[in-house]
Amino acid sequence: MRRKTIRELPFHLMILPGFLLVLIYSYVPMAGIVMAFERLVPSKGMFMSPWVGWKNFEYMLRLPGTLDVLRNTFVIAGMKMVAGIVVPVTFALLLNEARQRLFRRSIQTIIYFPHFLSWIILSGILIDILSPSTGIVNGMLGLVKIPPVYFLGDSRWFPFTLVLTDTWKEFGYGTIVYLAALTGINPALYEAASMDGAGRLRQTVSVTLPALLPMIVLMSVLSLGNILNAGFEQVFNLYSPQVYKTGDIIDTLVFRIGLENANYGVATAVGLFKSVVSFVMVGLSYLLAYRLTDYRIF
Amino acid sequence: MIMHIQTSISRRTFLAFNYVLLTAVAVACLLPLVNVLAISFSSSAAVGAGKVHLWPVGFNLKSYAFVLNKPEFAKSFLVSLGRVAVGVPLNMLLTILIAYPLSKGSREFRFRNAYAWYFVLTMLFSGGLIPWYMTIKLTGILDTFWAMILPGAVPVFNVILLLNFFKSLPDEIDQAAQIDGAGRWQALWRIAVPLSAPAVATLTLFCIVTHWNAWFDGLILMNRPEHYPLQSYLQTVIVNRDLSLVTAQDLLNWSEVSDRTSKAAQVFVAVIPVLLVYPFLQKYFAEGIVMGSVKG
Repeated sequence: MRRKTIRELPFHLMILPGFLLVLIYSYVPMAGIVMAFERLVPSKGMFMSPWVGWKNFEYMLRLPGTLDVLRNTFVIAGMKMVAGIVVPVTFALLLNEARQRLFRRSIQTIIYFPHFLSWIILSGILIDILSPSTGIVNGMLGLVKIPPVYFLGDSRWFPFTLVLTDTWKEFGYGTIVYLAALTGINPALYEAASMDGAGRLRQTVSVTLPALLPMIVLMSVLSLGNILNAGFEQVFNLYSPQVYKTGDIIDTLVFRIGLENANYGVATAVGLFKSVVSFVMVGLSYLLAYRLTDYRIF
Repeated sequence: MIMHIQTSISRRTFLAFNYVLLTAVAVACLLPLVNVLAISFSSSAAVGAGKVHLWPVGFNLKSYAFVLNKPEFAKSFLVSLGRVAVGVPLNMLLTILIAYPLSKGSREFRFRNAYAWYFVLTMLFSGGLIPWYMTIKLTGILDTFWAMILPGAVPVFNVILLLNFFKSLPDEIDQAAQIDGAGRWQALWRIAVPLSAPAVATLTLFCIVTHWNAWFDGLILMNRPEHYPLQSYLQTVIVNRDLSLVTAQDLLNWSEVSDRTSKAAQVFVAVIPVLLVYPFLQKYFAEGIVMGSVKG
């Protein structure tokens, strides 16, 4: 027993620095959730401020925009989840039909690229090209006599602008896993199908899609954990008070209540609500992924 | 599949249509970037008149000269390089040191599962923005360089990718090393890490891009704009347009270099480092993602 402990000692030492950093910067904030039940007094700090019970939560429910924010978060995150599956799967299927390697590689290289740019860079670009007066997008719409659309300033358009631009950034990256799954399909299956008289379309429906299905199920299930992640970085850099009605989400609300208005208790309460719902959804998604596809995180 | 080349008309129409569609989508992905790049090289008059589409009109480098001569821009660029230089090696060191013991079975390392859950739990649940901010304040690193390094020093997702990669290495090599008298540390640095070079390279590139692109921590954890990394600085001048940061010199320059051309130039200077690592990323990252999501 003793010898085993000594043999394991290096392992503990290796983990120790990371263990401590995570303890301080991940677990102390978890304990800091008590702030949701406090009225923060700066001199007393996170753990010693006066207890107010559920007051912060009651205040949160009385805020006029709370329901809108909750709905916006679900709607935007939901649309992104659907687009995040449908577009990459479709694109991977089409790309898989193109046989020239150089062509495939070039297309891939181009469509992955926006994934690696920050929302600051992309927002800088989007604010310019989507401008109703000077942007190139409205310039092109003007050619076909469509009146200028205020993509970022009109609350009817804003959620769709978010979904579309998020798809632009992420769909290329999303195709990678499906392309990998497609290259893993045994060519003998296609030969057999072809001998049985299946045309290309039939082969896609009967061979390709079923082979892709486990990956589609897995990615869909795993994305469930993002049901309240409508994309803080994107929304924060593109929204404005005109579009709060349809564009304000939980994370941006927490930011404004907490860091702009210094109402720490309420902001922590709103954040806690999000963390709890996300935790349940992520837990559920991992459980489902494990049951359905035998997926394990580690 | 070569034996089943079909040349039916419908197939050929489909293929032609497919090539056109794929090309169109890829071009559409690039157009916004090309448009803004063209603006950055154009004269402010041509941009103001709406004449610039995909090619610069009145080509000049004034916007770039303006951006590069801005002391705030240069300073924040250096802060960003600094956080990459310090943050990425620390990220990788911690990732490797945590991933290796966790890649062992629980028979070899009894606390393996406990530790693994300890780290994974932080991906599933978090204290949220405000407690995170208060903790950083509590540890006394607010408004210092370390506020951008230490809180994110352990990239748990990368740890999991790497531990799965370590797991896929053949056990026999490790056992042979043990018999030859190699200690745990030697086995890690002399065997496991060199054998995992592609995975380590991929994760290093991920960390570089993450640090380079990070802006939110700089924005809220640094009190003075002089300490902002580049992306936080750009957030204030491009996205948020904080007019308090506009200097008299800027106003003077705006007559010659318009707001739009200078913003476009700043965007592209910030993209250059990503462009430089992109070829390497390209080479490794498909492998990297796949190893994370579809592992055996």
